[in-house]
Amino acid sequence: MAILSSRRAILTGITGSILAGLTGCTRQDGMIRIGLITALSAQSAKSGEAISRGLSIAIDDINASGGLLGRKLELIRRDDESNPGKGVIAARELLYKEGVAILFGGLDTPVARAIVPIATAARTPFVVPWAAGTVITHNGTDPNFVFRVSAVDEQVDKAMVAFAQAHYRTRRPGLIMLNNPWGQSNEKGLKAALATAKLPAAGSERFEHADVDVTPQLGRLRADGADCLLMVATVGPSAQVVKSLDQMGWDVPIVSHWGPAGGRFGELAGPHANRVKFVQTYSFLGPDNPVKAHVLAALKAKYPDIKEPQDVTPAVGVANAYDAMHLAAIAIRTAGSTDGDAVRRGFARIDRYDGLIKSYRAPFAHGQDALGEADYIWAEFDKGRIVPLPAGAA
Amino acid sequence: MVPALLTGLALGSVYGLIALGFHITSSVCGAVNFAQGSSAMLGAVILWMLAQAGWPVPVAAIAAIALCGLYGLLVERVAIRPFLARRSDAWLMATVALGLVCDNGMMLVFGAEPRSLPSALAQSSVRLGQTDLGVYPLHLLIPIAMLLLAGGIDLFRRRTLHGIAMLAVAQNRDAARIMGIAVPRVIAAAFALSSALAGVAGMLIAPLAHVETSMGVVLGLKAFAVAILGGLGNAWGIVAAAILFGLVEALVTLGLGSGYTQIVTFLLVIVTLALRPDGLLGRAQVRKV
Repeated sequence: MAILSSRRAILTGITGSILAGLTGCTRQDGMIRIGLITALSAQSAKSGEAISRGLSIAIDDINASGGLLGRKLELIRRDDESNPGKGVIAARELLYKEGVAILFGGLDTPVARAIVPIATAARTPFVVPWAAGTVITHNGTDPNFVFRVSAVDEQVDKAMVAFAQAHYRTRRPGLIMLNNPWGQSNEKGLKAALATAKLPAAGSERFEHADVDVTPQLGRLRADGADCLLMVATVGPSAQVVKSLDQMGWDVPIVSHWGPAGGRFGELAGPHANRVKFVQTYSFLGPDNPVKAHVLAALKAKYPDIKEPQDVTPAVGVANAYDAMHLAAIAIRTAGSTDGDAVRRGFARIDRYDGLIKSYRAPFAHGQDALGEADYIWAEFDKGRIVPLPAGAA
Repeated sequence: MVPALLTGLALGSVYGLIALGFHITSSVCGAVNFAQGSSAMLGAVILWMLAQAGWPVPVAAIAAIALCGLYGLLVERVAIRPFLARRSDAWLMATVALGLVCDNGMMLVFGAEPRSLPSALAQSSVRLGQTDLGVYPLHLLIPIAMLLLAGGIDLFRRRTLHGIAMLAVAQNRDAARIMGIAVPRVIAAAFALSSALAGVAGMLIAPLAHVETSMGVVLGLKAFAVAILGGLGNAWGIVAAAILFGLVEALVTLGLGSGYTQIVTFLLVIVTLALRPDGLLGRAQVRKV
C-alpha cells in the first residue's frame, strides 16, 4: 500500500509538473499566493463568504505590516459549489497552475476529504477553517500536510453529550441525524460518547434532506422515552425538526452540532428556533478583547453590510479563517520560505499566537487540530441572531 | 399514527395536484412537461417574492398562479410545439432542459438560501381529540384543495365549451381542427393550466417546508410516479394514486424509517405497474393499425 501511495504521489507530481508546464508554469511575480477553495455559490455561499472575509482581513493585516519574507500576500478564490469533483479540479489548478504556498478550503467535509490526497501529493499545507469531519486531519498520511482551525466532529459529539447531561440532566437522549455521510459519521461518534458517559440512547433516527415531515421519527423517540434530542443536520432539515416538534406539541430540549448556524435557521424554524442549543467556536457577541475590536473595525470598514457585531454571520467562518491565516503566516515566517515541507514543519513549531478565538500555545505541536473541546462555546438563535449562552446557562 | 397519516395525505395531495397537470397535457397532445416540479417551485418562489415586496398574500397568490400559467405557455411554445410539429419526441429532453434553465435562472434572482414562507395555517397545530397529537390546519386543507380542484377540472372539461374543446382535441385532433377548434391554442391552454396547478401545489407545500429553487425536483419526480401509477389518462385514478402514495410514504416512514421510504414506495410503484401496466384506473389505449 505504501508503495502504491508513493507511486501515486510521484505520478501526481509528474502530472502536476506537466500541467504547470503546459499552462504557463507557476507565477513568479513576487507575491505569495494563498489559495481558497470553498462554496461561493449554492446553499453554503454565505458560509464561504464568511471564510473569505476572515482570510481577507488577516491578509490585509499581514500586508499592512510588510507581508511575509518581504513579499505581499494575494488571495485567490475558487468556487467548489459544495461539490467534491469541482473541489478537486480547483485544487489542482491552484496548486499546479497558480502555485499557491498554502491552500485553505473545505467548507464541506466531502470536499475537504477529496482535496487531502491532492494537497498531500503536492506537498503543500492544506488548512481547513470549517469542515469538522474527524477523518480530514486523522487521515493516515505521514507526514501530514493537513491542519485545521475549527471544530472536530469526534470532540463535538463528546461536548454535545456533556452539555446535555450538565444542562438538561438527560438520562435517555434520542439521536436525530441527517441521513448523509456527515450525519452517519456523527451518529457513530455520539454513540461512542454516550457509551463512555454510560448513558443509554432512547433511539437513533435518521431523516432525509427533503423530508417535510419528521414526526414519525420524532414520535418513535418520544415513545421510547427520549428526554433530550441530540441533533446533527444542516440548516433546512434542522428547521424541519423544530417545526415537526411544534406540530407534535413536544417540548423537548435539542442539543445540536453547528449545522443550524450556517444560514437562516432563525427564520426557517420559526418562533421556537431558540429551543436548539448548538456548538460554536466563536461569537462576536462574546467577551471583548483587542483582537476582536480590531477585526470588527476592519470588517466594518471593508464590508458595508457589517454595522454591528451580530451582522458578522456565520461568525465561526470569519473567526476560524482569520486565526488560521495568522497561524499559517507564523508557520511561513518560522520556515523562512514557502517550501511546502518547510512550512509544514513551521506549523508544528508555532509557539504562541494571541488570536481572535483564543491565545494559542503550540497549537500544532502534538496534533493537526488547533481547537479542542475546551474551546467550544454554546449558542442559540435570538431574533434571528446567533447569541452565545452565558456559561452555565441553558 | 393518525397525524403521520394526515401529513402523508397532505403530501400525497401535493403530488396529486402536480400530477393532474401531467394528465391534462398528456390527454390533449400526448406530451407532458417533465419539469413540472419547476412550475411548483415558481409558484412558491414568486409568492414569496411578491409577499416580501409588500403585496397582500391573496393578491400575490393570484399573481403567482397567473405567472405560472404564463410559464406554461412558454414551455409549450419553446419546448413542446416545435417538436410535436416535427413528430419528434425530443420534447422529453427539451422540457427537462427548460426546467433546469428555470431552476438555475431563479436561483440568480431568488438566491441559493432556503427562505421561510410563514402562513397562519401552519403556525400552531390543532390537537386531535383529547390526545396530544397535532397537525397543522394546512395539512387538512391541502387534500380538500386537491379534491376541489380535481372536481373543478372535471366539471370544466365536461360542462364548458373550452373544456369540451379540450376533450375534442384529445380524442381526434384533425376532426377538432375541421370543426373549427383552434388546436394549438387549446394545447397551449392545457400547458398553462398544468403549470398553474403545479404552482398552486408549490404554494401549498411551502409553509410546511421552505422555499428554495431546488424544491421542485423531488416533487416533480414523485408527481410523475403518481401520474403513471394512477393512469395518465384518468384524473380520478391520479387522485386515488396520490392519496395512496402519500399514505404509503407515511406508513413506511413510520414503520421502517425514512431511509426505506423511497426504496419501498418506488418498489411498490414498480410492482403495481407490473400488475396493472396502465395504472390503477387507466385503460389500455387501442391503436388501430
